[in-house]
Amino acid sequence: MIHSYLMVSVILFCIGMLGVISRRNVFTVFMSIELMLNAANLAFVAFSRLHESMDGHVLALMVMAVAAAEAALALAVVILLHKHKGKLDTNVFSLLKG
Amino acid sequence: MENSATYLMYIPLFPLLGAVIIGLMHVFTCKRPIFEKFYGIIACIGPILSFVLALRVFFNLKGMPEEGRYLIQKAFTWFQVGDLDVAMGFLADPLSSLMLLFVTFIGSLIHIYSIGYMGGEKNYAKFFAYLNLFLGSMLVLVLGDSPVVMFVGWEGVGLCSYLLISFYTTETENVIAGNKAFIVNRIGDLGFVLGMSFLFWAIGAHGFDYMALKANAHHLAPGVALTVCLLLFVGATGKSAQIPLYVWLPDAMAGPTPVSALIHAATMVTAGVYMVARFSFIYAHVPVAGSIVAWVGILTALLAAIFGMFQDDIKKVLAYSTVSQLGYMFAGVGVAAYSAGIFHVFTHAFFKALLFLGAGAVIYAMHHQQNIWKMGGLKKKMPITYYTMVIGALALAGCPFFSGFFSKDEILFMALANGHWGIWLVGVAVAGMTAYYTFRMIFVVFHGEPRDQHAYDHAHEAPLVMTLPLIILAVGALFAGYLNLPAIFGGDQEVTHWLAPVVVEHHPHVSKFVELLAMCASIVAFIIGIRLAWQRFGKGAEEPTFSGFTEFAYHKFYVDELYDSVFVQPYKRIGGAIRNAIEPNVTDAPIKLVSQLYMMVGQAFKVFQVGFVRVYAIYMIVGLSVMSLILSFSLN
Repeated sequence: MIHSYLMVSVILFCIGMLGVISRRNVFTVFMSIELMLNAANLAFVAFSRLHESMDGHVLALMVMAVAAAEAALALAVVILLHKHKGKLDTNVFSLLKG
Repeated sequence: MENSATYLMYIPLFPLLGAVIIGLMHVFTCKRPIFEKFYGIIACIGPILSFVLALRVFFNLKGMPEEGRYLIQKAFTWFQVGDLDVAMGFLADPLSSLMLLFVTFIGSLIHIYSIGYMGGEKNYAKFFAYLNLFLGSMLVLVLGDSPVVMFVGWEGVGLCSYLLISFYTTETENVIAGNKAFIVNRIGDLGFVLGMSFLFWAIGAHGFDYMALKANAHHLAPGVALTVCLLLFVGATGKSAQIPLYVWLPDAMAGPTPVSALIHAATMVTAGVYMVARFSFIYAHVPVAGSIVAWVGILTALLAAIFGMFQDDIKKVLAYSTVSQLGYMFAGVGVAAYSAGIFHVFTHAFFKALLFLGAGAVIYAMHHQQNIWKMGGLKKKMPITYYTMVIGALALAGCPFFSGFFSKDEILFMALANGHWGIWLVGVAVAGMTAYYTFRMIFVVFHGEPRDQHAYDHAHEAPLVMTLPLIILAVGALFAGYLNLPAIFGGDQEVTHWLAPVVVEHHPHVSKFVELLAMCASIVAFIIGIRLAWQRFGKGAEEPTFSGFTEFAYHKFYVDELYDSVFVQPYKRIGGAIRNAIEPNVTDAPIKLVSQLYMMVGQAFKVFQVGFVRVYAIYMIVGLSVMSLILSFSLN
């Protein structure tokens, strides 16, 4: 039973990861990160159910709260980036190139 | 303990404390100088308190039996190395108490005088802080109970002379003079340190204070004793301006005049003579070293007197006269007439301080004009300065019954009595030359017609705060000599008896006739000198032009230029060669190589910094994956 849940979680996580790596649009990258967080949440809840304890639930709630805060911050950053360059392509922002 | 005293440490402490207080006040209020008026007064408190304590020391010692006449205070243990335990100890015996008395007395007068002379100058507070520090260092030097403590003061006066000579830092020339004084003194200091180390190596095992050294001095091998004496004398030539290291003293005139007075009268230059007298227990065993000291001294006296005759800066004349008089003092201590040498230090302090402060008053009146050929006829304008300076000049020239006469004559007589008639002969000649150049200065400055009418019209007598020290010093210059009145005038040589327990000397018996004859010779020399000066300069004279020998002497035998080409320039060239050849190739090369290595590694790793967020995410994922794999393998 737990296997299926974990498989779904892993698949979701990999999709998110691939999105972060391959997509260039800032919004898509951001959504992919959300996807990865939710994959982790699913795993938490599944394990919580398995062990019959509430720890996983608490952590899942916590991750949601963090994700909400992160969304607020990240969207503000995205707006600033857009103001700065007028584009949402991540390849445009490469000031750290060595 | 009977011979311990708890107040000795306060003698140097008061001026040092004054220096710290004034220095701190200056640091905190230099933006808004609110205490400007008080600095001078605060600075005077320390020296005056020290003088009071010095008097107390003197009377305490006087009340003691002659054999055990010393006071000791070990303030604290300074450092411990193995068995050696060096204490910050102070020793007051007849020798140091005599030094204390006139150093603090004349130091106090110079401090008071400075209130007037330095009034309204920039960095007024800094000047007084340095002045206090100078006096405090000198007192440490005098009171130190071991060569190590003495060395602290020795270095302290060196530092302060540097700070004060280059006090007017706006002129490059002054800064160079300060540097010169400091560097030349360092050469002497090296000799002192080496001599001290040798002494420690030879007999330092049983304690390294003067008491222990004196008790163990007879263990010294003759060769070692000679080496120690000569090395210590190198130190003395640096500090007391003898051949070959005298060159810094005339340049030291760049400093404010009270500083010159302090350096020449109370502190600094007397340190070398004091040191030789302090180590008389070693010098007494090595007559050869004594002879070398005496000859160097008397030749310095001769050389400086020759230079002094052709100077045209009022302070330079006095500077060379100091070098010359110091030469006498070394001749005195060299022929084992330590008390005579120290007595000359004592009287010289009075009349030289007087002459410098008088010259300061003249310079002050003439708006910082120092060239004597721009002065003249000042007698009417500045009567107090004139009469006090004449007294000082008479004492310096060795006029009978002035203080300088008794002390100088004592040295010359002792040289003759100990069989050094060559030194005596040169000494008498120098006495004549001294009279000549001293009165040349007096006549040109004060007699005749004014050479610069404008400056003359504005000249005026100095304020009371400056003339009062002059008058007090003039009294000293007149009567200080009577403290050591020789038997031939019905005195009983108080100073010689006072110093007898400390210095090792013997008084050869010579007939009264020889003594009188020697005295007559120096009086004749004095009269000839003063007469020549009157003939040439008494009625007013024009600035002379020099040619031949006189030009050579006017340029001080080109000694400075010689030193420059023999020592300074080669040294600079060696430095340049090291900078151009050794530094880039030997010392810098490995360091540069290391930095280049880092550069190369950085270049190699640069390719990973692509700047795209996605790529960094890949690095992170790869890294985390590898870590997870390792973790899962290690858990299994």
